[in-house]
Amino acid sequence: MEPKNIKLTPQQEIERRTRRSFMVMGGGALVGTAGLATLLSGAPEGDIPPGLRKILGFNESVVRTALYSNDHLVQTYPASAIGKQKVNGDVGIDTDLDMAAWKLEVVPYRATAPALQLTMDDVKSLPRHEETIDFKCVEGWSTVSQFAGARLSDFTAKFAPGSAEAPCVGMRTPDSEYYVSIDGPSAMHPQTLLAWEMNGNPLEEDHGAPLRLVIPVKYGIKNIKRIGRIEYTAQPTKDYWQERGYDWYSGL
Amino acid sequence: MDATAQLPQGLEEKHKLATRWFHWINFPILSLMIASGMFIYWAYDPYRVGLGSITLFHFFPDWFYNVTQVGHKLNLGMAIHFALAWIFALNGVAYVLYTAISGEWRELVPEKKSFREAALVAMHDMGFKVALPPQGRYNAAQRITYTLIVFMGALSLVTGLAIYKPAQLNSLLALLGGYEWARWEHFWLTMGYVGFFGIHIGQVIKAGWANFRSMVCGYDIAATKEVGHGA
Repeated sequence: MEPKNIKLTPQQEIERRTRRSFMVMGGGALVGTAGLATLLSGAPEGDIPPGLRKILGFNESVVRTALYSNDHLVQTYPASAIGKQKVNGDVGIDTDLDMAAWKLEVVPYRATAPALQLTMDDVKSLPRHEETIDFKCVEGWSTVSQFAGARLSDFTAKFAPGSAEAPCVGMRTPDSEYYVSIDGPSAMHPQTLLAWEMNGNPLEEDHGAPLRLVIPVKYGIKNIKRIGRIEYTAQPTKDYWQERGYDWYSGL
Repeated sequence: MDATAQLPQGLEEKHKLATRWFHWINFPILSLMIASGMFIYWAYDPYRVGLGSITLFHFFPDWFYNVTQVGHKLNLGMAIHFALAWIFALNGVAYVLYTAISGEWRELVPEKKSFREAALVAMHDMGFKVALPPQGRYNAAQRITYTLIVFMGALSLVTGLAIYKPAQLNSLLALLGGYEWARWEHFWLTMGYVGFFGIHIGQVIKAGWANFRSMVCGYDIAATKEVGHGA
């Protein structure tokens, strides 16, 4: 500190202030860099640093508390809006579908009995819903597609009563190569379907025959194809893209 | 920091302490938002300058991705973007509140005469010999640009939120023209910052050390001010 009784010239005064401001800026830069380094350091949790994973979790809680509602529907379109279709992702469906062997395993919330084994006829006994929605890929592109199938909430009420309250729903392909974990509210959203038709035709193998998840309040990565097992759980289960650095919630 | 109430003799206050903090926090944060935004954009990069089948420039060419190494980082890009967005948003909102409450906005927003004067400033800066109109803290061109950039920041936040949660923010998304338009708007706002940055740096270099120093320490030496430029 300069003694108070010495009068500085304006030039000296501004130099003193500039020096001090640069020191403060340097300190700020150090703090900022340290903060960023902390955010990016540590053993990766699902392929991204744990600090970033924590913030994704924080964002999720903010969205789920302040924004998300099952009354918020995604926009629907007329059939004429159906755009050019794209096939993306073949993990878990790269072998030919063996319909004779296919069955849908269902494990209700807090189940004590062995898993249910359902057929397509069982699933198709539910009320059929059709929706034309904008399917959004995490990469940034989107495509308007029409899907038809049963609401997962209807499915749950019939085949896994009491499971609508489950905090999470896990699904995986018959070969367990692809798997997703979804929060309960999003799974019970009225536009979340177990779909067997796409754009007016039976679902093709590339698009997830015989039964796929269509959950327009999530990115495409959660819309698992060729479902082999549905499990209602208390905790998040394995999620393919969460393990590869993406947000577990991935909600839209 | 010193209480700014007592103006040191011979010095003239140029930028308030708060303004300088907002500015210097925004600079690195916005840079990191743009970098992580590039990680995200790379995964689906349809934008270009062109007409019909003629493309003058595609955002971005392979050489650009090779040089910048932004490829294959979508997961990291999203995580960083949605973390730092908090700081970008809070700093921006705090700045707007501060400017509104302190009354600083009066020196910042364009006036009726600003648009005509800005043309003169632009001509002067391009080397034409025109007389500069008397200026306050910010000249007419600065008033227009700095106000515009604040609006752009707000729009970046709004378009970003709409792309981030398009289902929950359905009506906001519709207002912006839908999902694809919102992403397009978000991208071009970013290109706007890059353009602004280039011009801004050029102007700062041209204005010289004393001007830059005033954005660091807040003051300039009163005697150095030119007649007609006084605040």
